[in-house]
Amino acid sequence: MRVAVVNYGVGNIFSVTSALKRLGVEVEVVAKLDPKSYDAIVLPGVGNFEAGSKALSERGLRGAIIEAINAGVPVLGICLGMQLMLESSEEGEGEGLGVVKGRVVRLRVPGKLPHMGWNSLSLVRWSEFLDGLGDQEWAYFVHSYYPSPDDREVVLCETEYFIRFPSVLGFKGLYGTQFHPEKSGETGRKLLRNFIYKCVRR
Amino acid sequence: MPLCKRVIPCLDVDAGRVVKGTSFRNLRDAGDPVELAVRYSEDCADEIVLLDITASTEGRSTIIEVVRRVAEVLDIPFTVGGGIRTKDEAWSVLLNGADKVSLNTAAIQNPQLITEISKNFGDQCVVLAIDAKREIRSGRVIHSVYSHSGTKHTGLDAVQWAKRGEALGAGEILLTSIDMDGTGLGYDLELLRRVSSEVNVPVIASGGVGELKHMYEAITIGGADAVLAASIFHYGKYSVRDVKYYLKERGIGVRL
Repeated sequence: MRVAVVNYGVGNIFSVTSALKRLGVEVEVVAKLDPKSYDAIVLPGVGNFEAGSKALSERGLRGAIIEAINAGVPVLGICLGMQLMLESSEEGEGEGLGVVKGRVVRLRVPGKLPHMGWNSLSLVRWSEFLDGLGDQEWAYFVHSYYPSPDDREVVLCETEYFIRFPSVLGFKGLYGTQFHPEKSGETGRKLLRNFIYKCVRR
Repeated sequence: MPLCKRVIPCLDVDAGRVVKGTSFRNLRDAGDPVELAVRYSEDCADEIVLLDITASTEGRSTIIEVVRRVAEVLDIPFTVGGGIRTKDEAWSVLLNGADKVSLNTAAIQNPQLITEISKNFGDQCVVLAIDAKREIRSGRVIHSVYSHSGTKHTGLDAVQWAKRGEALGAGEILLTSIDMDGTGLGYDLELLRRVSSEVNVPVIASGGVGELKHMYEAITIGGADAVLAASIFHYGKYSVRDVKYYLKERGIGVRL
């Protein structure tokens, strides 16, 4: 099992790489992506949507990721990496990958932003990605924007921070979390293990 | 709906080992940072703070190697402080797996550092650590800020400095009472209350905890968003879960 962690220059990828290695898989951090040479792809990322969108284009990763998705390689997007699966964002200019229809919108809430800390996941729809997860398990969030997909069928979990917003997406081999599974203790371990051992068909 | 209150074990690290002293002196060895961080994570800690306590005094650089080893095994957020003086040093700590950097002496000497780091990497990763000590000035008690691991009087007032830090881009305030640190007699609730009522960012209570009720009071009376402790955890007086059950029974939202 070979997993590519795409390094497009936004934020810390050491933690996510370490978390995957602990699952016993071969992890390669790649700046260029050969779409068909990996069993799974992880798109991490902390930071600004516009910068992320630009980095994907400049590094020629856009086409490669879409090609991998079309070839059926499972992809997990984390935080900004998940937001980049959508078409656009209120955070800034630039296009996402558009593999999930919809846009990323700002959390318009009377509370502090970024929404940072431990919050819980409400299970909305079953998926093998969520296997073994109980309702209201805790996950670690750091963000000010959230995904708003057109098709609500792709929403697997929601989280409440003054409003309810989609916190886990998933369909056809594409998965995304608004929180950081690599920083979410037991909950995160379960999700990463599910992604590697249940969502990836070998 | 509001986020839960956090319980944070703090690892004071000197030469790669966790130590804890009374009022920043008389250090006693309490173990390996990696071992302890994992133990606390399994015990339901919400976060870990790793402070290189000798860095400012001796001018050592940060403990990148320890950071990396901790990040390899830890899957909860952690903050690293001690000796971070430049944006590049902060970046290097973050790149090696830390989620936040804590600034103390360097921010006092160069307040713009707070802004530089928060502009580049986000407010959420900048923690302003303030070490404060009671002082009588013009007949009333104020809390005066100390730098260099609590050894140098700066002339700054803790409340004013916290407010300024927030305005400069700090995402959190880690507030330590030098008077109470290591005594086990409780946090300085007055200091906490004064700072937490004046800033909008989360305040972490630090210094002086000895009993479970001290943590409850830091939250209910002091207005703290998180409670930090070292020795009560290191020497096994209480577990993180003990703290959380105690808080939960009294109606405080915690992650369990």
